[in-house]
Amino acid sequence: MRLPPPRGPLTEALFDRLAGSPGADRLDAAVTTGGLDDDDVQLALFACYELHYQGFEGVDERWEWDPALLGLRAELERCFEWSLAAAVPRPGGLEPAGLRAALTALACPEEEPLLPLFLQREASLEHFREFVIHRSIYHLKEADPHTWAVPRLTGVPKAALVEIQSDEYGGGRPERMHSELFRATLRGLGLDDSYGAYLHRVPGVTLAISNVMSLFGLHRRWRGALLGHLAALEMTSSLPNRRYAAGLRRLGAGPRTVRFYDEHVQADAVHEQIAVNDLCGAFATAFPPYTGDIVYGAACALELERRWAEHVMGRWQRGAPSLRARPVPA
Amino acid sequence: MREVVTVTPCEDGPLLLRGPFELLTQSGERIDAGRATVALCRCGLSSVKPYCDGSHKTAGFRATSEPEPPA
Repeated sequence: MRLPPPRGPLTEALFDRLAGSPGADRLDAAVTTGGLDDDDVQLALFACYELHYQGFEGVDERWEWDPALLGLRAELERCFEWSLAAAVPRPGGLEPAGLRAALTALACPEEEPLLPLFLQREASLEHFREFVIHRSIYHLKEADPHTWAVPRLTGVPKAALVEIQSDEYGGGRPERMHSELFRATLRGLGLDDSYGAYLHRVPGVTLAISNVMSLFGLHRRWRGALLGHLAALEMTSSLPNRRYAAGLRRLGAGPRTVRFYDEHVQADAVHEQIAVNDLCGAFATAFPPYTGDIVYGAACALELERRWAEHVMGRWQRGAPSLRARPVPA
Repeated sequence: MREVVTVTPCEDGPLLLRGPFELLTQSGERIDAGRATVALCRCGLSSVKPYCDGSHKTAGFRATSEPEPPA
């Protein structure tokens, strides 16, 4: 993947520096807002994190651990954490015994979200392509951010996470890896299946969904939140994915294109049970003070998803695209 | 260590199967589970039986993980 066009002063300064060699001056950038949907902040943070995943073509790999870059990332993260704290209440006084009920209350709201229903019943092929482009930012690295937790766990929670992740990565069969199944969906919809191909098209509100996973994943102190985040994803997956699959079939998509969603209906019905009980439940029992963090991580995942869905549905209801315009060729 | 198949009834949810299990139809044909751990529908409402699809949640299915005491 190549660095996308900058979206403001932060990414302009950062991308300019990333084009050169690491190791010189401080990366001075005034991070004044950390808005959860701020294009410039979210893209800058995404780029800092991406250095830990697949990196960028033409960007020196030493930037990953460059102190100046890490200094800027810390500034961006401070703002991001403030914004999350302002948007998501911290649960107080939670005991491990109440964890399951707290997660269920968060993940199973009375009212079903609109977006999966819309995609099942009304969306056009173009809507679906937009949806898939947003999702490509995470699904092409699906499971990777939560894998950071593996060396930070022991015993039952560690085995539980590996059990989930092994399934995410295809159980030893590359063609069954969820990220590979998603590439087939992209191809089936006539879209580019290469990693990060649509980074330049997605808004900050989409990038925040991935950024929160990397934030929780790359900081050991957030490991409780990372586990809760994973549980929230798994708990809110089976039913919407059934709707996405039905929507794609309605639009005439073939089995290979739909398989990613079919697979998630069954896989996540399994993962949900493991995540709530063996992963989060056992971790909270071993480390009771982290119970609140688990619920906070789940709440952050759901809040960012809600904001993203609100953005997408809001645009579509106005007849507008939910993606950024294609850059004008120079 | 002898590998055994375990079946875990999940609270308000499916039956989780782990270990070297085989799923067979009544006529003895093998059902490809596609994964090492599977969740079998326990509420009767799944659209992908014998597997769970999460329908128990919208239906408000209730069941304990422990055996229920005799009534």
